[in-house]
Amino acid sequence: MSEFQKRNIINNLLRLGPLLILFISVLNEIDLNYIKFFSFNFTFILIFYWSVRRTESLGYGYIFLAGLINDVVTGFPIGISSFNYLLICGFAAYLRTITLSPNLVKDWFFFLFTILVVNSASYSILNIFFSVDLNYYNLFVNIFFTFMFYIIFANLFLMYQRKFFKESND
Amino acid sequence: MEPSRDDFVIAIRSAFLKKGTKQRFSLLALLFFSILLIVLSKFNFTAINYLKLGINEVVFRTSFIVSLPEKYISYSFYAIEEHIDLYKDYNLKKEELKKIKSEKYNVNFLEAENKRLKKVLEDISSSSEEIIAKVIIDKQSPFLRSIIINKGSKNEIKKGMAVLSDSYLVGKVIEVNFMTSRVLLLSDLNSKIPVTIEPGGIQSILSGNGVSDGVIQYTKGKMPINGEGVVYTSGTGGLLKSGIPIGKIKHNENKNNVDFFVDFSQLRFVRILSYSEEKN
Repeated sequence: MSEFQKRNIINNLLRLGPLLILFISVLNEIDLNYIKFFSFNFTFILIFYWSVRRTESLGYGYIFLAGLINDVVTGFPIGISSFNYLLICGFAAYLRTITLSPNLVKDWFFFLFTILVVNSASYSILNIFFSVDLNYYNLFVNIFFTFMFYIIFANLFLMYQRKFFKESND
Repeated sequence: MEPSRDDFVIAIRSAFLKKGTKQRFSLLALLFFSILLIVLSKFNFTAINYLKLGINEVVFRTSFIVSLPEKYISYSFYAIEEHIDLYKDYNLKKEELKKIKSEKYNVNFLEAENKRLKKVLEDISSSSEEIIAKVIIDKQSPFLRSIIINKGSKNEIKKGMAVLSDSYLVGKVIEVNFMTSRVLLLSDLNSKIPVTIEPGGIQSILSGNGVSDGVIQYTKGKMPINGEGVVYTSGTGGLLKSGIPIGKIKHNENKNNVDFFVDFSQLRFVRILSYSEEKN
């Protein structure tokens, strides 16, 4: 295999980075969503960032599939995670439509609104339709740290975007 | 200029209905499809159950492989920790062994006496068949504390079977696939097990707190639990036999929490048991 072909394969893999990270994060056993003291939902951050900044990196079909896998692995009723993820995509698409000059901080606060709505919807469904008991303290911690960590991961993703996609719309 | 209501509607319509570049599916269509899946799974629609079984078989194996590197790191970490605590642990174990040795003769006598008395009373005792299973996934969530094991209906695993680690109860089987099963751990908020607390023989229900402990529920008034009460299964309901040890009572402000004998995050192999009644 020539040097050029090798570099091409690596470049293609790096371009698929967000999608690969999405599938690894849902298939993976060690989930940042359930760390004892500062649990946060990494998948929400990943989907929101890439749906706002580079929508073609994560196709809706793949996001739907990732949701199904997450439901199976975590034991949720099937369809819940897909619904959450796609709702985040919807909010991200809305933000993209109304934004002329993208700004990380504005995205950050819109992300807070998004996860509040998405989590409320998902926990209402779980509680009302599936009678699943919930620990509201855990939920609050999860939402708070997901919001706090967004800005860190968004900056890391921005660096990745600049390096491997040779673009930035910030 | 203030954005009008029309602008908002146009933005929403564009976000949900317009297919983006390189997007094969419309967001709205997929959202509706997810809602349909949720509704169908709520009503246990047969096709959804088959879909779930199919996905389960593939995903559990893939998840096991994807998680291998982290599992290795996690086990290495615990191995190092165990090595560091080795000397301290050795002394503790020595003390415990001394105590157990002295209690052993007493236990043997009581066991024999118990069997004799059961025969006299013509009581029913339980017998069980044991299946050893490996834990392939233990992805814990605050909403569902469960593990996936590598035995399923192929190995005659059935819903409701008891799951033990050594001789301690850790949970019960709640979902059976062809080659895998899901075990609901005792620490789950939705796990409810009838228990007896000794000394005193207090009957109660044990639930999980969604993290790592259990909570004693539905006891009348204040429970007269002195010091370190031990929690056992009561056998009420017939699924589990009585007397399987679960954990120790640990007193909190207003609650009686249960400290389980087993660390659920460290489960690697478990024993699956079904109990059947057998006349003496």
